[in-house]
Amino acid sequence: MALPAHVEPLERAWYYTFRVICALIFLFLIIPILVVIPLSFNALPYFTFTPEMLRFDPAGYSTKWYADFFSNPNWQGAVRNSVIIAFFATIIATVLGTLAALGLSRPEMPFKKAFMALLISPMIVPLIISAAGMYFFYSRIGLASTHIGVIIAHAALGTPFVVITVTATLVGFDQSLIRAGLNLGGSPQTVFFKIIMPLILPGVISGALFAFITSFDEVVVVLFVGSYEQRTIPWAMFSGIREQISPTILAVATILVLISVLLLTTVEMLRRRSERLRGLSPG
Amino acid sequence: MGQNGSEAFVRFEGVQKSYDGETLVVKDLNLDIPKGEFVTMLGPSGSGKTTCLMMLAGFEPATHGEIYLDGQPINNVPPHKREIGMVFQNYALFPHMTVAENLAFPLQVRRMSKADIETKVKRALDMVELGAFGGRRPAQLSGGQQQRVAVARALVFEPDLILMDEPLGALDKQLREQMQYEIKHIHESLEVTVVYVTHDQAEALTMSNRIAVFNDGIIQQISSPDTLYEAPETSFVAHFIGENNKLDGTIQSVGKGTCKVRLDTGETVTAKAVNVKEKGSRTSMSLRPERIVINPKGKSVPNILKGKIQELIYLGDHIRTRMTVAGHDDFIVKIPNTFGHEPLAEGSTVNVGWESEDCRALDFTEAHGPG
Repeated sequence: MALPAHVEPLERAWYYTFRVICALIFLFLIIPILVVIPLSFNALPYFTFTPEMLRFDPAGYSTKWYADFFSNPNWQGAVRNSVIIAFFATIIATVLGTLAALGLSRPEMPFKKAFMALLISPMIVPLIISAAGMYFFYSRIGLASTHIGVIIAHAALGTPFVVITVTATLVGFDQSLIRAGLNLGGSPQTVFFKIIMPLILPGVISGALFAFITSFDEVVVVLFVGSYEQRTIPWAMFSGIREQISPTILAVATILVLISVLLLTTVEMLRRRSERLRGLSPG
Repeated sequence: MGQNGSEAFVRFEGVQKSYDGETLVVKDLNLDIPKGEFVTMLGPSGSGKTTCLMMLAGFEPATHGEIYLDGQPINNVPPHKREIGMVFQNYALFPHMTVAENLAFPLQVRRMSKADIETKVKRALDMVELGAFGGRRPAQLSGGQQQRVAVARALVFEPDLILMDEPLGALDKQLREQMQYEIKHIHESLEVTVVYVTHDQAEALTMSNRIAVFNDGIIQQISSPDTLYEAPETSFVAHFIGENNKLDGTIQSVGKGTCKVRLDTGETVTAKAVNVKEKGSRTSMSLRPERIVINPKGKSVPNILKGKIQELIYLGDHIRTRMTVAGHDDFIVKIPNTFGHEPLAEGSTVNVGWESEDCRALDFTEAHGPG
């Protein structure tokens, strides 16, 4: 996009400043993530680039931190916990969030704003406060240091994302489709699964993804509510940094970045596909 | 089918509807629709016609009264068990399904066999001449095609009653007229009962066996299109259906079927007493523009008034003349463009006359001049 000839100096200055700002944002967001990737192949147990690495000497590189990650039972337990907790937390958050969004979008629903605010609150309240509160509450009812406790805590954190994305999908939802479905003889259940669900699926998928990532990345609540038995990957990384500094953390970070990118890409593709099926964009 | 004697297929009995518990959107609706009839609910927006349709479909509960379908009360029957086909205003086609899947939906929920579904879907698509479009999605069809799919989907499960909620509103004029005939023909060939809602009087006149004119939550008049136009019973109907000249006056005497009315400008006319009270009360008279004679000979008609021609609009088959008569400057006369018709000039004064039969004295209304 070239600048038109008639721009004034101030506009020209802003045009370039804007680009610089964008570049800086990318620099500070992306570079710390990218820099982790080469460091994770460090042959020595350091968190910095060694002279060998900078000379691109093959001897300076190694995959031993990856080998450590895949063989160490401490890390493997963390992976298993992370997947189990994120999976169940996502399912609970998606089901509850979708139902909540559907209910909140009905015209006859009273106190919509108040309920919405309540459901969204886990996103707004500082995590440390939620975590402390959950810790005291869960200890009292015997859910602290259990997988179920962590799953419920993570489901509560993930639900707002689902509520928000599904509500957004429902904004353009044509309510007469529900009436048409009923009129044609579909029971309310049939109408839900055959008509409402396919149409709000993009929102449900996006919400589920956010809920999954939230649980997968979450460290504060799991530190409070969980213990070593419920250690997730972030939990293990956090305690790893504190106790025994090992570049395995960098290998784990790289793998997590890779998973996130793959997950986002897959879901975005799924979302586009179902949006096409919805008839929103021409097939 | 006659309106008396035959068993009502759809019956509204003292039905009232209020959304807020205070104002009645539908006030005491009583309506019998015999099997096979095409009934149109016609009225301006907010007159309660769509609400009636929604109550019949089961999407809105009636606040009072009972609705019967084929003799059975249906107030407690949920919409998906009513077996009523419906064409929605915006078609409400399922965007994530193909045309064929849209049509198959009502058959699948009725657990029909795959082969049956296929034949019925094909037959329904052929009926609306969209046989080749089964694999397309609604978004890939034009408005008219979507409309046909909506009609086919409402018919495919062979309901005895079809509801249509302003189904042609979104189409352009030409397509709308074509679809009016198609829907009329489908109604005739399938012998289904149709309840049609529209605010377009031409549409109602074209398609219906009977028209129920709604205003303010009340059926003003229900009758066949010709009766509605030629013998309106209220000022609202006279104004709403077709073009109408309104003359206000005070009743001087009521005779046998006729009455003498003194116009506000002093002239006295004889009118057919249709909806009038006693002597001295106010009345609005309705007079169709094509029933007015220019310069009638001698005493050939009982009512002769002076009119000053304000505007002439040449429309080919007739000349539309706007004149001032009895203080109304929006008095319209349609003069057929026949051989040797009266010469007309803007600004000139002519005599206008009409039969007392054509001048219907109705309830008094302040509102609206000629449509």
